[in-house]
Amino acid sequence: MTTYFNEMYQGKSVRPPYARLEDWMKSMPAELRHMKQAEAEALFRRIGITFAVYGEGGDPDRLIPFDMFPRVFTSSEWSRLERGIKQRARALNAFLVDVYGRGEIIRAGRIPSRLVYQNAAYEKAVAGFRPPKGVYSHIVGIDLVRTGPDDFCVLEDNCRTPSGVSYMLENREIMMRMFPDLFRENRIQPVEQYPELLRRTFASVAPDKCDGEPTVVILTPGHFNSAYYEHSFLADLMGVELVEGQDLFVEGGFVWMRTTEGPRRVDVIYRRIDDAFIDPLCFRPDSMLGVPGLMDVYRSGGVTICSAPGAGVADDKAVYTFVPEMIRFYLGEEPILQNVPTWQCGKSDDLKYVLEHLAELVVKEVHGSGGYGMLVGPKSTKDQVEAFRARIIADPGNYIAQPTLALSTTPTFVAEGIAPRHVDLRPYCLVGERIELVPGGLTRVALTEGSLVVNSSQGGGVKDTWVLAE
Amino acid sequence: MLSRTADNLFWIARYMERAETAARLLEVGSRIALLPSAAGYRNEWDSLLQASGNADAFARKYGEPVQRNIESFLFFDRDNANSVASCITTARENARIVRTALTAQVWDALNSAFQELRHLERTPRSELELSRLTEWTMRHAAMVRGAIDATLLRNDGWDFLNLGYHLERADNTARLMDVKYYVLLPKVDFVGSGYDNYQWTTMLRAMGAHRAFHWAYGGEVTAAKIAHFLILNRQSPRSLITCVDGLSDHLDRIAKAYGTCTPAQEAARAMREGIEALTVEDIFEEGLHEFLSRFIGVNADMGALVRNTYLDGDR
Repeated sequence: MTTYFNEMYQGKSVRPPYARLEDWMKSMPAELRHMKQAEAEALFRRIGITFAVYGEGGDPDRLIPFDMFPRVFTSSEWSRLERGIKQRARALNAFLVDVYGRGEIIRAGRIPSRLVYQNAAYEKAVAGFRPPKGVYSHIVGIDLVRTGPDDFCVLEDNCRTPSGVSYMLENREIMMRMFPDLFRENRIQPVEQYPELLRRTFASVAPDKCDGEPTVVILTPGHFNSAYYEHSFLADLMGVELVEGQDLFVEGGFVWMRTTEGPRRVDVIYRRIDDAFIDPLCFRPDSMLGVPGLMDVYRSGGVTICSAPGAGVADDKAVYTFVPEMIRFYLGEEPILQNVPTWQCGKSDDLKYVLEHLAELVVKEVHGSGGYGMLVGPKSTKDQVEAFRARIIADPGNYIAQPTLALSTTPTFVAEGIAPRHVDLRPYCLVGERIELVPGGLTRVALTEGSLVVNSSQGGGVKDTWVLAE
Repeated sequence: MLSRTADNLFWIARYMERAETAARLLEVGSRIALLPSAAGYRNEWDSLLQASGNADAFARKYGEPVQRNIESFLFFDRDNANSVASCITTARENARIVRTALTAQVWDALNSAFQELRHLERTPRSELELSRLTEWTMRHAAMVRGAIDATLLRNDGWDFLNLGYHLERADNTARLMDVKYYVLLPKVDFVGSGYDNYQWTTMLRAMGAHRAFHWAYGGEVTAAKIAHFLILNRQSPRSLITCVDGLSDHLDRIAKAYGTCTPAQEAARAMREGIEALTVEDIFEEGLHEFLSRFIGVNADMGALVRNTYLDGDR
């Protein structure tokens, strides 16, 4: 039987970061807890944070469940995580500059050429182009799980447009509003500077042609998108315009937005739409979401696009395996955070192992996300395992497998009271002229007993994440 | 401000005002229908549809203009873009798109109107009196308006909202007055009769101006006084001149904020001067219906000019 690391309790004793939470937890009668939970839900609904899940019917104004029990790190735990996250973000950006440039890592034989140049996420359209400050991925969301007191593994990297940061900020706001005493008793490092740091990050990568204060915008696919709330929330907190493709046009080598006072030049675009849709002249011709001619302006240095087109090749699940190698190659350092051992079903030895141990493994599609199209072997029925086996055999290159990880648990409010539930962590590392990380992130929690899938599309919830001051 | 944001704000106001008008039309119709009907008259409900410019769409879907169908059409029908349900839904959707340009209170007001609407739509029609539907609509329109006035920053977004309100209200007042024309048209000799006055009074009630009219004028209800009240009196909140004043004032505020004057400001000024120079006699000489038709046209051109100048982003 697997043992899971409980972040609050070691046997009967309480680990130091949670010391002050035990009294709080015990002093809260069930009625008060229900009242607070209802209050939190009303606040979320009022603010308008809702989450629509792709491909599901039902209420488009559904809320992601919020668990009031915070997840806590000490400052020393965090400082090690911080070093590991920043190290990884630097290496991933160095890799992107390299593979769209000279391709040194491939020439050195440290990563197979096929994996990069044949990759669907590799954009030939930007080969040879170096974005301002050499940054491709301006927001690196790194999904981490904890398996022991000092053991953190990276599950995956998100180099394009990782979502969820609005929950990090709103979860904190709501906790501060509902439990001010907790914040007086615990010294919790703030996260509210995130939007300002994000704005500065974008401003720091403005193109050379920009003179004066750069105009930054967020480009959204529109209000039908499930993350629209987050787009408008960030625009509001950064004080920048939230634009759709139709609000922008290209003229004279620059990008302009249509305003009530006439056209206004745009210098930095934080796009929340995929590469394939940003410019119908360059990528998908049927895209209604993008801006015709945008890529020409980008390549001539008239505008910065964040994340840079082509950044996706670094967060591919097959490329993931080589990130420790990147850290050694570009930075000459040993990785601080470990990868999860990964089998590539495309390799015959690996495939053989995976098929023999399918019931113990987690199998994912290389390009999948959001917890869709995956198999959690130990939690699946025999029939489900066999059905998945057939899918893997049909297209082995499309799958990777990892051991089922012993995700740590934290106490969580559930119907019966308080019980341990499995959690992961997504911090948001900002890369511009400087590398910044706010002390916190999004903790996702699998609310179903025993479940290891924390994705909100699969019934996961969220928690406030605390990093204590020294 | 993004042109699209301004456009959304402009249409939030137009749709809320339009929802209110649909409700007022229903109110006018139901009161006129309480009169004993005289054979040979044009159907009163039909006149409503004529005035609202929806007669063809209605006929295609429902055929005979009977009260229940008209209620469905003007309140619940999603196929009718001008029904109360369509207007409130669209206004709320526009608000969702420009959430950050609105205060929490304005969003709350729009969102709760929408949530209650969904509840009304699930309620059996037998439990819904017409008066309940019209009062409900006016109450929510007032709540949105109140939230805007009490909480919104007085920036260009506020001006675009108000442009929407004034343009739409001017159009609606003119159309509501025109109902009277369609009702009366067949028998000119009814002019000045008790029946005629009853209809004018109904019109005032529908515009929520019955009491206000008496405070302002007193004495007999006459066509001339009412035309003056609804067209030329600056005390009347729904009169055409009040709307044109608001339109011109808000356009001037925008010109000042942006530091440029455009043909839109000039056109609004000309519109204001035109209506200021009028007397009731002038209007009756031209013919009330003719005057109103002309006004509706000028007002629509004004709306197009605002769109071209500010809301289309040079597309």
